[in-house]
Amino acid sequence: MSLSLYFDYVILPILAVSLILVFVRLFRGPEVVDRVVALDLLITSGVGVVAVYSISTDQNTFMDVGLILALIAFLGTIAFSYYIEKKGKE
Amino acid sequence: MTDIIIAILSTIGASAILVASIGILRMPDFYLRLSVTVKAATLGCGLLLLSAAIYFPQTSVATKAIATIFFLILTAPVSGHMIGRAAYFIGTSLWKGTIRDDLRGRYDYENHRLRSKGEMEQEENIEAGFDRDKGSNQDKGSNNEEGLSSADSAENNPS
Repeated sequence: MSLSLYFDYVILPILAVSLILVFVRLFRGPEVVDRVVALDLLITSGVGVVAVYSISTDQNTFMDVGLILALIAFLGTIAFSYYIEKKGKE
Repeated sequence: MTDIIIAILSTIGASAILVASIGILRMPDFYLRLSVTVKAATLGCGLLLLSAAIYFPQTSVATKAIATIFFLILTAPVSGHMIGRAAYFIGTSLWKGTIRDDLRGRYDYENHRLRSKGEMEQEENIEAGFDRDKGSNQDKGSNNEEGLSSADSAENNPS
């Protein structure tokens, strides 16, 4: 069993299931901060998916996408928390 | 050999991400969700990136992967702290089984500061001392005011 097959049939399905579970919380979240945390976890898991996909297809160009995604997740969470704290409870 | 190491690392990483997603779905409270999510997701993502760094022979790819790991480890606590602070500030409700809330009453809603217990006692002492000083100053101030008003009237009278 080659490494590419193992990644395709074991690791990527595990990550797909976890992304679905996070999406459930993103849609159900009772408050806006729950959605922000779910979005952060979604993008962080996306970095892992990008790394696994770049191993599975043997193309190292995808690693740049992971770096940019990590940057965007951090900036998005910081901006959301800044404006939520400014706005206060509605 | 390398394949086995990569398989083990990526399996542990994917399991950590799965545990994080189950935690964010099952935990009863926002703060528990936050505490379960940030650490497990950072660990899982770091292990997947580490397996990518081992897999590719080029140095540039490994450098990129390690830079991403470093960035994640550096930024995950900051973003988690900021979103938790904002959530406590807007009054997100705690779980009903919570037995202790150390931050209750410590938040200053006007200038968004969170004070510790010693700081609050110190400020209360300063305020009490300031009130006493202000009381004694008020007597002096009234005297001064009288003096000033008499001086003012004396100044105003000739004009």
